[in-house]
Amino acid sequence: MSIEVKAIDKTFGTFKALDQVSLKVATGELVALLGPSGSGKTTLLRIIAGLETADCGEIFFHGDDARGKMTKDRNVGFVFQHYALFRHMTVFENIAFGLRVKPKALRPSEKQIKEKVHELLKLVQLEWVASRFPSQLSGGQRQRIALARALAIEPKILLLDEPFGSLDAQVRKELRQWLRRFHDHLHITTLFVTHDQEEALEVADKIVVMNKGKIEQVGSPEDVYHNPASVFVLNFLGNVNIFHARSSAEHKSGEKPAKMYVRPHQLIVSRSPLSENSVKVVLTFVNLAGSIVKIDAQSQKGEIFQVEMSQEEYRALKLTKSDEVFLTPKNIAFSEYEI
Amino acid sequence: MFKHKSTLPGFRISLGYTIFYLGLIVLIPLSMLFIKTSSMGLKEIWMVVSHPRTLAAYRLSFTASFIAGLVNVVFGFLIAWVLSRYSFPGKKLIDAMVDFPFALPTAVTGIALTSLYSQNGWVGQYLYQFGIQSAYNPLGITIALIFIGLPFVVRTVEPVLQELDPELEDAAASLGADRWQIFIKIFFPNLIPALITGFTLAFARAIGEYGSVIFIAGNIPGKTEIAPLLIMTKLEQFDYTGATAIAVVMLLISFALLALTNFLQWVSSKRIGMG
Repeated sequence: MSIEVKAIDKTFGTFKALDQVSLKVATGELVALLGPSGSGKTTLLRIIAGLETADCGEIFFHGDDARGKMTKDRNVGFVFQHYALFRHMTVFENIAFGLRVKPKALRPSEKQIKEKVHELLKLVQLEWVASRFPSQLSGGQRQRIALARALAIEPKILLLDEPFGSLDAQVRKELRQWLRRFHDHLHITTLFVTHDQEEALEVADKIVVMNKGKIEQVGSPEDVYHNPASVFVLNFLGNVNIFHARSSAEHKSGEKPAKMYVRPHQLIVSRSPLSENSVKVVLTFVNLAGSIVKIDAQSQKGEIFQVEMSQEEYRALKLTKSDEVFLTPKNIAFSEYEI
Repeated sequence: MFKHKSTLPGFRISLGYTIFYLGLIVLIPLSMLFIKTSSMGLKEIWMVVSHPRTLAAYRLSFTASFIAGLVNVVFGFLIAWVLSRYSFPGKKLIDAMVDFPFALPTAVTGIALTSLYSQNGWVGQYLYQFGIQSAYNPLGITIALIFIGLPFVVRTVEPVLQELDPELEDAAASLGADRWQIFIKIFFPNLIPALITGFTLAFARAIGEYGSVIFIAGNIPGKTEIAPLLIMTKLEQFDYTGATAIAVVMLLISFALLALTNFLQWVSSKRIGMG
């Protein structure tokens, strides 16, 4: 089912959580809402689920106005950061909950419930925990059970609020890939909230970058990474270095570049200056652990630069800590102009 | 075997102190009760305890306390619900008022309730028009016991309600549960242990209550005479052994009831994965 949100406003007291937010999600898409905490991404998700009401604006599910519908009638699967499993019920009963609370006429028989629950447990690869209580499961297992519980009602939309936020790094990575495969298999329209840009870039079809209650950019992972619409998006999606341009070259319409933003891998390191934009720096820290070499450098003015290069390049340059070198931008990720 | 390595030392001394203190304050006085009673023959004890007047007093004390406990569970829960889930002007005041029955001298409570519920009291006169006599009746006794037991339920249920994750409610709603189903299937099972504890405390307090009841009870032997009052009457007649015999039976019944509620509480908290 497609989702369309039009000009949503939401304030909590004096805090403006959402400011004229509009968004379209196509059927079957896997979309990440990415932003720092307080950017309004969770609020947007909760408004779509009906757990929060917007001050004004419209929501459409598959073209139908959803505003008058209560959460329980929206047929939306919701997964919470802290799982929100019912601790007094077994895993089986947790998953069966959505089926058992259906009105009598629609409620499946006990046998059908049993089949459905076991099918879902199989889907999340946890068939053997049916009779356990949530407190007896690990974090990753709990989150998979929470997902199975949300899927029991066969939702047309799946909403996940920082689903991997409280798991440790290893489990996070596994579940992230699992979610991707899982979505490719089921094709439910899915929205997930995250503040982890790596997670969003790796999993989503489309990324919605949010900041201070507004949408900064909507686009594919490549798009938002390589063509950021604002300095905020640029900064949020990865490390970036700032060059203050000395170039006198004028841009069209008579603007002069004032600041150039350059990603760590977009820098050339050399022993002598290559252009008038080259900056003289001293290497302050070198991290060789990993597939790439990460270097911190400092200019005479005290500006900090981060550089990334391959191990081969590093060896070819014969660099060591406290060497004096020149940094020149190879590509520019983003420029700001003064008029 | 009991001892875990812990950062705070002093397991032995604190356990020793606990046992000594409990012995001094609770066990020795209670055992005196049994020793005193055992100076009577079994037959005499039975005579005192099975006397119609004694039986009527037991029945009144336990039923009135039981009903008061149940009423407190229902309405105490409502108050706890309101206090923990909503904020409104004057909430602090209401919150403080809940503790009133704790602090008020019981005799003051008794006099206040009696003047309110007697035939020409503010409330009593209207009840009387409907043919309900509240003061000097088991109903009046129950009202007094409800009054003194209320804070126990509110104060045990409130923290548990505050601790319940609001996301559970959201999760249940997203799964299609209506408000009533959320209450019955999610809130209620999580609150049962606290409700049982609150009930037990209110009930136990009510059984022993004396001061606030005697004014409103009317104290008619066999009708509105509670067991603690009967014990007092016996004492005033210098029938010490008779008084202790009645007390021992009360003690045993109370003990059995407390053991039962503790068991129920243990079962229910095990079910919600806290045990």
